[in-house]
Amino acid sequence: MAPVLELVGIHKRFGSVQALRGADFVLTAGEVQALLGENGAGKTTLMHIAYGLVRPDAGEVRVDAAPRLIASPGQARRLGIGLVHQHFTAVPALTVAENIALAAGWSGHPRQLRLRSEALTDRLGLPLDPDQRAGRLSVVLKQRLEIVKALAGDPRILLLDEPTAVLAPAEAEELLGVIRRFAQSGGSAVLITHKLDEALRAADRVTVLRQGTVTHTGSPATQTIDSLARAMIGAAPDLPLVSSVSGRHRAIPPPSGRVLVRLDALEVSRESGYGIAVKHGALVIRAGEIVGVAAVEGNGQRELLRAIAGRLLPLRGRLEVERPIGFIPEDRTSEGLIPDMSLTENVALGWNDGAPWIQRGRIRWREARNRTADLLRDFEVLATSPDTKAGALSGGNQQKLIVARELARIPAVLVAENPTRGLDVSATASIHARIRAAAGGGAAVLFHSNDLDEVLHLAQRVVVMSRGLLTEAPASASRAEIGSMMLRTEAPG
Amino acid sequence: MIRIWWGLLAILLGLAVLAGWLEAMGYDAPLALGALWTGAFGSWYNFTSATLVRSVPLILIGLGIATAFRGGAFNIGAEGQFYAGAIAATWVGLHVTAGPGILALVLLLITSAIAGAAWVAVPVWLKLRFGVIEVISTLLLNFVAEAMVSLLVQGPLQERSGIYPQSDLILDTARLPLIGGRLHAGFLLALAAVVVLWYLFARTMWGFRLRAVGLSPRAAEVSGSIDSSKMAATALLCSGALAGLAGGVEVSGVSYALYQNLSPGYGFTGIAVALLGGLHPVGVLISGIFIAALEAGAGAMQRDAGVPSVAVYVVEAIIIVVAALATTPKGGLMTTQVIRRIRPRAARARA
Repeated sequence: MAPVLELVGIHKRFGSVQALRGADFVLTAGEVQALLGENGAGKTTLMHIAYGLVRPDAGEVRVDAAPRLIASPGQARRLGIGLVHQHFTAVPALTVAENIALAAGWSGHPRQLRLRSEALTDRLGLPLDPDQRAGRLSVVLKQRLEIVKALAGDPRILLLDEPTAVLAPAEAEELLGVIRRFAQSGGSAVLITHKLDEALRAADRVTVLRQGTVTHTGSPATQTIDSLARAMIGAAPDLPLVSSVSGRHRAIPPPSGRVLVRLDALEVSRESGYGIAVKHGALVIRAGEIVGVAAVEGNGQRELLRAIAGRLLPLRGRLEVERPIGFIPEDRTSEGLIPDMSLTENVALGWNDGAPWIQRGRIRWREARNRTADLLRDFEVLATSPDTKAGALSGGNQQKLIVARELARIPAVLVAENPTRGLDVSATASIHARIRAAAGGGAAVLFHSNDLDEVLHLAQRVVVMSRGLLTEAPASASRAEIGSMMLRTEAPG
Repeated sequence: MIRIWWGLLAILLGLAVLAGWLEAMGYDAPLALGALWTGAFGSWYNFTSATLVRSVPLILIGLGIATAFRGGAFNIGAEGQFYAGAIAATWVGLHVTAGPGILALVLLLITSAIAGAAWVAVPVWLKLRFGVIEVISTLLLNFVAEAMVSLLVQGPLQERSGIYPQSDLILDTARLPLIGGRLHAGFLLALAAVVVLWYLFARTMWGFRLRAVGLSPRAAEVSGSIDSSKMAATALLCSGALAGLAGGVEVSGVSYALYQNLSPGYGFTGIAVALLGGLHPVGVLISGIFIAALEAGAGAMQRDAGVPSVAVYVVEAIIIVVAALATTPKGGLMTTQVIRRIRPRAARARA
């Protein structure tokens, strides 16, 4: 089969993150190719380069074997490339017909546009009410509208970025049917997905990206979920990870430690409001334990952690957490800190009422400032003074400040989301040391990281979350075994 | 520090445009600006009885709007809350006859504040319950309040003689004492409000939480365990109470009666006062007095130089635009750069 889209030796760097390092990708006519990879492997970036949303630092893009510089999505569409984004891009206040016309670049009388869009949805077998406002559509229909929008320009190449992530199995099946029909009629499709079973069933070829390079490409017939998982997570030695610094396998705390977190039959809704994120969660964490949650994004770990941290109200079930609770949120600048406030004020924010410098609702700022100065010194936060605005610090120092604030209260329970995201090696090591010290001091620690290696490195116990279900990984579990537990689609047992 | 420069820049720009306009229209600019100054600050009487009297409602409303802004809410309905307070004050001032001397006055002030808060409670409820944007709901309720005043002064609250569409004069016991010229004790109340709010913002957990919510509702919730929407609602209620109090003070200290157009747009000018004052209580005090001086001087300018008094609204408008620009990150950066460029030059000029 002739290649229709080729991406050769693509490099792309975003600030300090090397998203793609020499990725090669070929799409041939009439095929459905699944593109797999962990979060941050570079899947979306690669597709955005093909669609003209991102310019590569190096490498070549060829369409029909001719080198092309795709500088904008408009140019990509003229070359016959369509993209279905990971998030919804319809204008909520416009009708379905108007949204389709907007995406396809049609002009004319509204009645005409309405008829044209109706004809299109009929032809595609994806019925939609043309007069409904996009904002009023259900999630399933919104997703359908996104597909129709991408197909409205009659592309030959369709790139789909996790189109089934929000769909129920039956709806996902229907969507996969549409993609297959598109390929049978001569089109070529790339399907980014986290669902390995889906990739194995729907694709003619499976390609795996890992840390910005293609680590595997081939027919799904020769693959199993486990072998794909290994390609995604890396060919690490298939033995239990024993490392001198790793907490796991080193000091299993005595079971006599006081229980600080206990949940049973816990259910938590998705943050978006659609559906259940945590199904029937049960977990016990004792004083001194560091428990890591291994999960692929969107499997309920965020909701689990936030419910335990008291930031999200669970739907039902038992949840007992000792106070005070320290919480390190994922997003430093929008949730962890207020960039426009001083470091002192940001430290005071986390303390709330229990701070020693608060007396009957009155804040003694001088005392808070002194305490902040101590924290900056103890936690090696590089800042000129406690009066500096938090927004002026580097990411690593902001994160250290948050950790300092949360640990200064001597929490009984510490919950952390991606505590070292985007940090360099030394900042990461320093934060890991702090978390270990907190556990050593008797805190129960629960954390999640998108980086499986970090979970294995820092945690003494690993629990895996997949599709809202919580499973404890056996202490002897290897990296690959945990990897396939993360990607398992059916409930175990 | 930058905020003060901002305010000065806004004022200078406004006055410069006014001077240029006066010249262009063929007025005697020095004479007109001189009259503007004399009318506002020319004598102790002018300063207290014209400028400070006008400043009282502006300061109270400005403080309220600043409180809402600090808490991340936009109160565009101070005009309506002012009238709600004025209506309640008038009712108390006409009817409460019993009790010791000061009771009627205290009751009047408290009731007017409650009425202002109650008027904004409707938008607050709509916001919490249905997510209605308070910018729109508070604004629309202004018209309702104005229509209500109009209805009342031609109906149940109309003077007994039934000639003019206004209420009877309130009882002497419900009036604020005068403290010099026409200046009434409401000015002291405004000063007290400045001190109280300064203390709340700078020294208390409540004020700190309010500021946190205003700067980042998400971080306030996640890292500070603060209920952001409740905090914003509280800020709006306080804002309404202050605007209502302004209405009560105006009735009790200046007009002694309720009538239509009691407010020459205090509720809107108050937004300019709050922004020009950098949302800081002391800044609001200064900017409130400044805007009041401008309006007091406008009358003198019309009398002595024949310039229509509305000309000063040009200055106000420019101040609003510049002050609003200051609140945007891009605008703030821009003016900071302008100021950096001007400052060394000014320093050289002084040397």
